[in-house]
Amino acid sequence: MRDIEVIVARKTTSPYPAWLGLALIAVALIAAPFLVQASLGTYWVRILDLTLLYIMLALGLNIVVGYAGLLDLGYVAFYAVGAYLYALLASPQFGVHLPFWLLLPLGALVAGLFGVLLGAPTLRLRGDYLAIVTLGFGEIIRIFITNLDRPLNVTNGPQGINLIDPIAISGFSFARPQELFGINSVQAYYYLFLALTLLIMFVCLRLQDSRIGRAWVAIREDETAAEAMGINTHNMKLLAFAMGASFGGVSGGLFASFQGFISPESFNLMESIMILCMIVLGGMGNIPGVILGAFLLTILPEALRYVGDLQRLVFDRVLVDPADLRMLLFGLALVLMMIFRPAGLWPSKQRQRELVKDDELHPGLYDEQK
Amino acid sequence: MPSLLEARNLTVAYGGIQAVKDVSFEINEGELVCFIGANGAGKSSLLKALCGMAPAAAGAMHFQNQSITHLPVHEIVRRGIALVPEGRGIFSRMTVKENLEMGAYTRHDLAIDADMEKAFVLFPRLKERLKQQAGTLSGGEQQMLAIARALMGRPKLLLLDEPSMGLAPLMVQKIFETIREVSKAGMTILLVEQNAKLALEVSQRGYVMESGAITLNDDAEALAKNADVRKAYLGD
Repeated sequence: MRDIEVIVARKTTSPYPAWLGLALIAVALIAAPFLVQASLGTYWVRILDLTLLYIMLALGLNIVVGYAGLLDLGYVAFYAVGAYLYALLASPQFGVHLPFWLLLPLGALVAGLFGVLLGAPTLRLRGDYLAIVTLGFGEIIRIFITNLDRPLNVTNGPQGINLIDPIAISGFSFARPQELFGINSVQAYYYLFLALTLLIMFVCLRLQDSRIGRAWVAIREDETAAEAMGINTHNMKLLAFAMGASFGGVSGGLFASFQGFISPESFNLMESIMILCMIVLGGMGNIPGVILGAFLLTILPEALRYVGDLQRLVFDRVLVDPADLRMLLFGLALVLMMIFRPAGLWPSKQRQRELVKDDELHPGLYDEQK
Repeated sequence: MPSLLEARNLTVAYGGIQAVKDVSFEINEGELVCFIGANGAGKSSLLKALCGMAPAAAGAMHFQNQSITHLPVHEIVRRGIALVPEGRGIFSRMTVKENLEMGAYTRHDLAIDADMEKAFVLFPRLKERLKQQAGTLSGGEQQMLAIARALMGRPKLLLLDEPSMGLAPLMVQKIFETIREVSKAGMTILLVEQNAKLALEVSQRGYVMESGAITLNDDAEALAKNADVRKAYLGD
């Protein structure tokens, strides 16, 4: 209840115009890589890049899980498809070097196709059953990629693919240490990722308020009733799957070019669960919430690395391995979330309604009835 | 009066078990027809088949003289058959207004707001609760909302599945008054109901179903006087 009041208060009493907030955010986003570079170093700009990548992934999965309510535990498979497509067609592996502006849309298309391929036979399943099938699909793709080095070496197996072309725009390679207007490689990637993240955000926002978005919400709430409204539920679910998958494909391509190296290791089940956690932690179905979740879950594990240094400083040795600590804190965070904020840190209004008791939200509701 | 919906030798089966067996009936424009019968008589399965949610194992269905036997649900809805599902099936986390808007999902015209105002004449209670979350409505109000939502699609035939289910007796009376009013306004209604007494009171014609088959059909008044019906369904 208190949160709702806070939100209402924020909406009604802000003395500043809305554009001021947006302008401040824009300035902060543009300045971020330079500030981070200056204060924390290049490593953290890299983390920032990865954060944007995860935001894109989380926004993609949010369409499937948050909007349409389909629990997909194998989302990382589409990420893998996008990454490997990029890697195979822009690396010495086959000697093919296609440009990124061709490969990214192609990645979106192929990943989307995989989404349809997975969705068409499985979307008649509901709830837990769908989750199990998607989980299996995610693992199948990973194992498939791991073993596709024999008899014909396609993916290079567990060794992965190296020397993937960096993204280059008219002669300016994003990877070379050369500087353009004082921007280095990781910073250049930051702006590219930022632009694509904003694009994906925009698409998500438009989808949310569209007929399609409404249909997804209806399916999530009550599939039978949604059908009775004249919604083609099968196609709508397939669309959600395909769109989520294509965002995953784009992110995968970006990841491949950014890292320059990919292996099946990067696309394990833990990764799928991590992306799902970002959505759950942030607030399912709410774009700002999902972004917050992705941001926190990418930054926090990195920040925890410093705990090791701190221990060394205080105790002269590392008592608890930061990696172990990470899982521990992660589990603790999820438990606390379940107790105190079951709808996420920044839930959508619709999810919030579920949280608040009816009579608190509508005082006097039950007085005159029954 | 021309027939709006016609079913011939319709059979609905779930994996070998026949829920509806060789049923034939028709519904004319403007009629209010009820299907009564005990639990498990196949009434709901029949409704599901009519709107495409359960496939017809045999037989044919025609709506406005066009076959709808093998059409998917959304196609049938677009042709003008609206279902108010059993247990109401409102979108509980949407507001009342959003629910009504969902009812008009298949429409693209500009008269949606005007139709909503019309719905409020029938259901004034919904107007009071327009911005309220639908899940917080009382059971009766939810049923009203479900009916109003179905009407928002401007259907030609309204299918009501057990509208009295889980409601207090007073609310049931109110719902049936509403159904009668909707019918008077010219809507063709197929009502499936366990509460035979009320169903026969509001309907013009009735069909009695027993283990998947139609055993009786007559004017509602005649059925209400029928000794067998009185004994089996009206508690005499």
